Amino acid sequence: MKRFSFFALARNALTGHRNWAQMWRSPEPRREYDAVIIGGGGHGLGTAYYLARNHGMSNVAVFEKGWLGGGNTGRNTMTVRSNFLREESVPFHEKSLDLYQGLSRELNFNLMVSERGMITFIQSSAVNRIALQMANTMHIYGAEYRMIGLDEVRRRIPIFDPSPDMRLPITGAVYQPRASMVRHDAVAWGFARGADARGVDIIQNCEVTGIRRDGGRITGVETNRGFIATPRVGMAVAGHGSVVAAMAGIRLPIVTQPLQAWVSEPIKPILDEIVVIRSYYGTYLMQSDKGEIVIGQGCDPYPSYAQRGTFPIIEDATTAMLEVFPRFRRLRLLRHWAGMLDMPYDGSPIISRTDVPGFYVDVAGSGGFKTTPAAAYTFAHLIARDEPHPLAARLGLDRFSSGRLVQEGGVSANR
Amino acid sequence: MLLIPCPWCGACNENEFICGGESDRKRPTDPAAVDDKTWTDYLYNSTNHKGMTGEWWWHVHGCGKWFTIRRDTVTHCIESAPGDQT
Repeated sequence: MKRFSFFALARNALTGHRNWAQMWRSPEPRREYDAVIIGGGGHGLGTAYYLARNHGMSNVAVFEKGWLGGGNTGRNTMTVRSNFLREESVPFHEKSLDLYQGLSRELNFNLMVSERGMITFIQSSAVNRIALQMANTMHIYGAEYRMIGLDEVRRRIPIFDPSPDMRLPITGAVYQPRASMVRHDAVAWGFARGADARGVDIIQNCEVTGIRRDGGRITGVETNRGFIATPRVGMAVAGHGSVVAAMAGIRLPIVTQPLQAWVSEPIKPILDEIVVIRSYYGTYLMQSDKGEIVIGQGCDPYPSYAQRGTFPIIEDATTAMLEVFPRFRRLRLLRHWAGMLDMPYDGSPIISRTDVPGFYVDVAGSGGFKTTPAAAYTFAHLIARDEPHPLAARLGLDRFSSGRLVQEGGVSANR
Repeated sequence: MLLIPCPWCGACNENEFICGGESDRKRPTDPAAVDDKTWTDYLYNSTNHKGMTGEWWWHVHGCGKWFTIRRDTVTHCIESAPGDQT
């Protein structure tokens, strides 16, 4: 791997930037691998990277039916945070923030991590109560999450100007300073480049069409470029978990739902923090590096694979936004999209073995982007050693039969 | 915005309804007799169809009726089938 540096930039400038090396190879798939990862998004590529880096497994392939990061890695709102409710969730998401903060240097690829903080408005006693509970749980695990008064809200958000007749007046807020925005494409590309440099084969435009088993155990995957033998398959697909799991003959406790987001035309810098309005379903907005106001809300309330959303969500979110920021009423919308969530029954990620030996699943739930490094880190551990990483030990499928669910109220998509 | 065909009120906006999930889910007739695996599968697992699927809807902000429709989860085409329960 050619390292990116100031000198590399200067050297390539002299030759008109015509001699940059490709960031990763496009190899012919071998007939056999020690492990195969299905899905070339952040989770799949990260898993391959950590398999090679932490566990010395480089005879690994990632199969992606489209292009890298072209699925839900590119369809989220780039926000990473760890303000969650449960003792299983907080350390897991904290691990993700820790990894994100070091990844640009480690991968030699700028993920543009922007630690700008998240402010969640409190507009009801229910939200106040849950925010306090979250703050206490997070405090135990060393994560900062604190209540702030309206003075500090006004200081941090100069345009804070709620409508005087709003239905639920804002009485305060809760603040996570460490919440960040991360350039999502770069996460996929950085992991891909790092994995490729360690010998992982990344096969794009190659769809896995079947999973072959012999007496229950995994023997390989069928792809549109032929059969690939492997004893271990890791599923890291978002939005198609049930479809791929069905190839291995298993059913998962998930429902696929769209999570919409939309952006305004670019405007001058006006909003530093990520803002969450919890009066309705948790509307969130922030300003991207390009100046667009990015707006999102909870997921659509019924199953869908359509990659588009339904209008009531847009209407609700716009209402909530304009109550708090009436000046945004003249913003014009530029783009709208929906990412697909494989929403587990209890809202928490699933990183687990399955009833099929050799078949492992990583189901991200609603927080797929924010958990990318932690999920990849722990999923690689699970695939390499066939035992869960301590951070993800309570995130297995067995929690559904034991009844020890990780019911998570901190997910944006929870209705 | 989907128009959900309520058998009593006719087609109404989707936000008058709550989706009740897959209609092919069958509760084990004797829950005490089944093993944990079967019961867990009934409680939590879903087929999560990609394509035409049967599902329950509840007209919660209307007549209050529960009924089933067939809906395509990719195209959002809705059809009522003769086997639908109302």
